Amino acid sequence: MSTVSTSTNPAVAATSFKSARRKARPEGRSHPIWGILAWAVGIVFVIPVLFMVLTSLHSETAAASNPPAVFAPLTLDGYRSFLGLDGGRSPLPPLLNSLTASVASTLIVILLAVPAAYALSIKPVRKWTDVLFFFLSTKFLPIVAGLLPLYLFARNAGLLDNINLLTLLYTSMNLPIAVWMMRSFLAEVPAEMLEAAQIDGANLPTILARVVAPVAMPGIAATALICFIFSWNELLLARTLTSTVAGTAPVFLTGFATSQGLFLAQVCAAATAISIPVLAAGFAAQDKLVQGLSMGAVK
Amino acid sequence: MSTASAPPAAPAAKASRRRPTTDLRPDQVAQSRSEARRRRLPLLPALLFTIAATQLPFLVTIVVSFMDWRALRPDERGFTGFDNYVQVFTNPSIRGAVVTTIVLTATVVLVSLVLGMLIALLLDRQFLGRGIVRTMMIAPFLVVPVAAALLWKHGILNPSYGLLNGVLTWVWGLFGSDSPPQVAWLQDFPLLSIELSLIWQWTPFMMLILLAGLQSKPGDVVEAARMDGAGAWQIFRYITFPHLRRYLELGGLLGAIYVVQAFDSVFIMTAGALGTANLPYTIYATFFQQQNYGLASAQGVVVVIGTIIVATFALRTVSSLFDEENAR
Repeated sequence: MSTVSTSTNPAVAATSFKSARRKARPEGRSHPIWGILAWAVGIVFVIPVLFMVLTSLHSETAAASNPPAVFAPLTLDGYRSFLGLDGGRSPLPPLLNSLTASVASTLIVILLAVPAAYALSIKPVRKWTDVLFFFLSTKFLPIVAGLLPLYLFARNAGLLDNINLLTLLYTSMNLPIAVWMMRSFLAEVPAEMLEAAQIDGANLPTILARVVAPVAMPGIAATALICFIFSWNELLLARTLTSTVAGTAPVFLTGFATSQGLFLAQVCAAATAISIPVLAAGFAAQDKLVQGLSMGAVK
Repeated sequence: MSTASAPPAAPAAKASRRRPTTDLRPDQVAQSRSEARRRRLPLLPALLFTIAATQLPFLVTIVVSFMDWRALRPDERGFTGFDNYVQVFTNPSIRGAVVTTIVLTATVVLVSLVLGMLIALLLDRQFLGRGIVRTMMIAPFLVVPVAAALLWKHGILNPSYGLLNGVLTWVWGLFGSDSPPQVAWLQDFPLLSIELSLIWQWTPFMMLILLAGLQSKPGDVVEAARMDGAGAWQIFRYITFPHLRRYLELGGLLGAIYVVQAFDSVFIMTAGALGTANLPYTIYATFFQQQNYGLASAQGVVVVIGTIIVATFALRTVSSLFDEENAR
């Protein structure tokens, strides 16, 4: 490791001071090549999404051209087919089902996860690491392992093709991650403030409202966003346990799985339309998403 | 299920004397029985719900795995001991599915981690439009996985009009060539195609976690190292990377949990053909196509056991995460 020279010769000192300054350049200013590289990488990653949106606005013949016809005229035909205006099925019931299941399960998850996280961080139970690991371990068991019992239970209870069953299952699917996230968010509540509030004689609701809530609210938002996204995306359970009445948006999309000649624009329109809620939510609440995915490590 | 737990519950009065796995603050350790019960209360709804929704179905699965139960022959339902398990271990297609799952998961998680780390390092610096680039990077993770699978299958990998072959045509056209190489991606490289689409979707996830790790790294230590003339590589190797290890483990653990269960891509892109059937898809096929409930259940149980074995190693990782949490 080279060290900065400490010569007293003015000329040399001036040079070494300059080189020291160059070496001590703050993190911020770096060679522009890295910025260019970052842009290139970002563009490569986003191109498929842009392509999907662009193709959804092309006619089928334009979409099926090789090389891709980037500047073909735009049309809403793809979306018209998707909306069933050409005589196909309407996507509105599946979209509503997805919305119902995702929002409802997220609400229930938050209601269950926040108190649980409280009991694992601020006023922890004795074996909180074990409990936390238990929650996470339920994610280790793939959904497929419990598919048959769930199917049998649903069939016997008359809950097949029922959106409420999906809501419950999505709740159990997201609860472990929500508990883990909320716990790490709540662990950020400053202990000194809690102690001070207690010493001042504040009762539990006051402590919750004034000390815990300000720290917890962004965490709750981040957790809710993640749970919404995972619920909206889920396919396997929905496909197994629902069909015409309670089918969700991803299930609807699998109807496009087989090739039927020229239809790329229609597929892209369907794919874009169904991803819009998640894309919008994710972009609008980008910081929350980042917070959630990094478990609150980013302030 | 866990191994590194505290010693069996000592009487509450001696709570302060036992050495817990984690160092709780003195005020945090429950001081009395009723206090302990009060603390458990908020936890119960979530805990009970989770047990009911996950453990009960799993118990039923275990029971069914010992039965010969096929939907097409409902009269022949009966217990058959370990027959289904023998089938699981001897059937070559199921063994193939295990290998495929391991290869797929390991490849996707490792490549996503490395790519994610490199991109996070790039995004850690200030440059013009950094927020826009981060937004662009997040986009793949926000596309519904089924939609992404369809996009890759028909829009990108299709030999006639997909984006990849289209770009090849365009590039070759720039050099005046009429015969660009057109690859039948899904036919010739099925597993690679699925891995590509999964890596595309999961690298943003890894990148976000690692970026958070980078932005929480001790800036003054790096500053000091720079003043001493440390080069970029040395800073990375001795300061950045050890700090990132915890985040790499977190990303790897979470990524593995989700990618092992990846169903959508295999289902849409290849329907399990050409050696791409991973375990979730195989179990789904056994369940729905063969309608052999007993066998499907046995497969499920084997997957769970395998995951628990892997998880026991992961437990050490998670414990180190917890220890670091409490060392803060």
